[in-house]
Amino acid sequence: MTATIEQTGPATSVGEVPTFEVTLRVRRFLPEGPRGDESYWDDHVLTMHGTDRVLDALHKIKWEQDGSLTFRRSCAHGICGSDAMRINGRNRLACKTLLKDLDIRKPITVEPIKGLPVIKDLVVDMEPFFASYREIMPFLVTSGNQPSAERIQSPEQRAVYDDTTKCILCAACTSSCPVFWTDGQYFGPAAIVNAHRFIFDSRDEAATQRLEILNDKEGVWRCRTTFNCTEACPRGIEITKAIAEVKRAMITRAF
Amino acid sequence: MQTHQYDVVIVGAGGAGMRAALESSTRARTAVISKLYPTRSHTGAAQGGMCAALANVEEDNWEWHTFDTVKGGDYLVDQDAAEVMAKEAIDAVLDLERMGLPFNRTPEGKIDQRRFGGHTRNHGEAAVRRSCYAADRTGHMILQTLYQNCVKNDVEFFNEFYVLDIILDKDLAHEDVPEGEPVSVAGVVAYDLATGEIHVFRAKSVILATGGAGKIFKTTSNAHTLTGDGMALALRRGLPLEDMEFFQFHPTGLAGLGILLSEAARGEGGILRNGDGERFMERYAPTIKDLAPRDIVARSMANEVREGRGAGPNKDYVLLDLTHLEPAHIDAKLPDITEFARTYLGIEPYTEPVPVYPTAHYAMGGVPTNITTEVLRNNTDVVRGLYAAGEVACVSVHGSNRLGTNSLLDINVFGKRAGVAAAEYAASAAFVDMPDDAAAGTIAELEAMRSRPDGERVADLRRELQESMDRGAQVFRTEASLTETLAVVKDLQKRYGRVSVQDKGRLFNTDLLEAVELGFLLDLAEVVVVGALERKESRGGHFREDYPDRDDANFMVHTMAYRRGDAAAADAAGIPPHEIRLEPKPVVVTRYQPMERKY
Repeated sequence: MTATIEQTGPATSVGEVPTFEVTLRVRRFLPEGPRGDESYWDDHVLTMHGTDRVLDALHKIKWEQDGSLTFRRSCAHGICGSDAMRINGRNRLACKTLLKDLDIRKPITVEPIKGLPVIKDLVVDMEPFFASYREIMPFLVTSGNQPSAERIQSPEQRAVYDDTTKCILCAACTSSCPVFWTDGQYFGPAAIVNAHRFIFDSRDEAATQRLEILNDKEGVWRCRTTFNCTEACPRGIEITKAIAEVKRAMITRAF
Repeated sequence: MQTHQYDVVIVGAGGAGMRAALESSTRARTAVISKLYPTRSHTGAAQGGMCAALANVEEDNWEWHTFDTVKGGDYLVDQDAAEVMAKEAIDAVLDLERMGLPFNRTPEGKIDQRRFGGHTRNHGEAAVRRSCYAADRTGHMILQTLYQNCVKNDVEFFNEFYVLDIILDKDLAHEDVPEGEPVSVAGVVAYDLATGEIHVFRAKSVILATGGAGKIFKTTSNAHTLTGDGMALALRRGLPLEDMEFFQFHPTGLAGLGILLSEAARGEGGILRNGDGERFMERYAPTIKDLAPRDIVARSMANEVREGRGAGPNKDYVLLDLTHLEPAHIDAKLPDITEFARTYLGIEPYTEPVPVYPTAHYAMGGVPTNITTEVLRNNTDVVRGLYAAGEVACVSVHGSNRLGTNSLLDINVFGKRAGVAAAEYAASAAFVDMPDDAAAGTIAELEAMRSRPDGERVADLRRELQESMDRGAQVFRTEASLTETLAVVKDLQKRYGRVSVQDKGRLFNTDLLEAVELGFLLDLAEVVVVGALERKESRGGHFREDYPDRDDANFMVHTMAYRRGDAAAADAAGIPPHEIRLEPKPVVVTRYQPMERKY
């Protein structure tokens, strides 16, 4: 159990959801273990509380039953992006998914996100994901002398790219994309989201270069508009819309 | 084992570490070692803003900001450091804007500013709009912007590497090194989580930027990973820790969960109410009410609950009321925190007040530094080549209570200073010899925990520690509560010598690292409690019910805590006996003499 949710006082009284039993069915992969490179399902029956999240259930297993269960986590409230997982077949953050919002009559399945190499249990190699991110020039590019005060940007200009500034690089979107699963070269939605964040920033001067990068055969045109990414995003970013805006900008060069 | 050599090694990739890296990487060969991917760092969880007297929306100046910082810290702030921070705040904000940070804007397109607790016009007349912000995800935007610029500058990262030792050329933990005698840093020892391999980094300069230690408490806004690593490593190597008894309890944690709801909620007009619906802060801080500094608000809330005026079925929290605000205004300015209330408590903040209670939030104390961020080994001598910035450090700009937004400011101002200073030092200094067996102690410790077949469980010890700290060393403290907690901590330290982990593997062994982190927490909890016992007064975040007044005659000094061990006298579990020694360090007073603190 996490240190922050164990209180029996207000937490249980606020939610007023009683204690319940739930089975967590976790996809295990322990290359150093007796089963080697074979991955397998592992069931744990747990007693949990109303405000508990999937992350709390994973911690309960790790801290009380099986210390070898391995997953990443840090902030535990949906802002650091460490714990994207496939929960009941959908990509979500374990720390933002309340158990009571799932169907607890059936086992809850927890698997690593797809399309990235699994290192151990729920931990995947994030390097290919960050490599795509780095390729799209995810930083402000300007020329000339720095102004002595701030650059001027109207609230309206800022609003154009507000949605895509919310990205926490958790990879829930990219690893939910069927194109990414079958073609590891595809930039993936997260990289396009972060390109969008700068392409539509009125202060930036490198939109053309970014659009050329994304015009590549592994770029935005691979998107099949399945909306998986938008559904997966724990930050509520309208990713498919952002990708469409990038596509449109590529055609019209209007940005 | 692998060895590396860099001019500058930065430990930690949150705001302070990456701000430092942006400076040092252009001047010297730099590596950043981080136990997380940089964008996972807890800077990203900061919400409300970063104060700077830009005066974009109303009259303001850095001197008022300095005064507020000093008064907010209940006069334990080093005033030269506060002045540096308030002056350099303006460039720190502008630097971030130029790097691309998407600040909210005024209608004229300038950086917008809003009110925040303890930040006032003309020395306390009224709340002032000083906080520069990006909705309620300012920390997220700072972390992202700094990482983006690290990508741009091709900064070299070692991600998911845990630094487990700092190597100095003198053994300060066991030997008396006279004042004035030079002591230098040689490098660090790190553990690669993915492979389990040990890496030794030789460096001319080392910057500690490992963040805070909130996990010594149970109810906390801090990430699981905030285990005070840098502070504990310094302590174990014989360096002092300053003012560790001062811990900030943020008033508005989601009740029962501790998840932070930004002070910006009150900056934007939110009101705290008790179970009777009364706006109780009018009684405690008649001038600025809900925007009083955090220590005062947290204590007032706890007092309402204690005196039976709490809300809810158990009357054990108070309410943050946003229902009088326009939903559109809430969506524009506070989208994330209102979502937290919906996600985690099922509360709709448009129409229902949100249950809140204080949550352990920020360590005012840490590794002592001067204003150039050089680490002090006593009241005057620096360790050559060793720097610290951000929450791990104590400059001291926060004194006994940090003002809201001053942490994001601290990491930017002093992170930048650390990066510049470390690189400049490396340009003229030589490498210090690294002993061949530099990693031997670390390896032995890890192997002992990994190979111990059966023993104490990490999670049990950690829970007992956290519960005891919440019981005895939280918002209200007494001699009795602290004494009891200290006994628990001491006992847990003994039991820690018998800790074993279930995961015996080499690859990605987070079980093992949680055990290491627990050791850090136990070390630091002891220093917090010993300092709190000894400080027989109430000041800022440290409130002693048995000594409810500030006592400037005896305690207008910083606490320097040293730990000395006797390795030869280790007990059966291999734990050397040690003692915490406390010494005073004068507060730097320049412009402002201590006054009674009223709001």
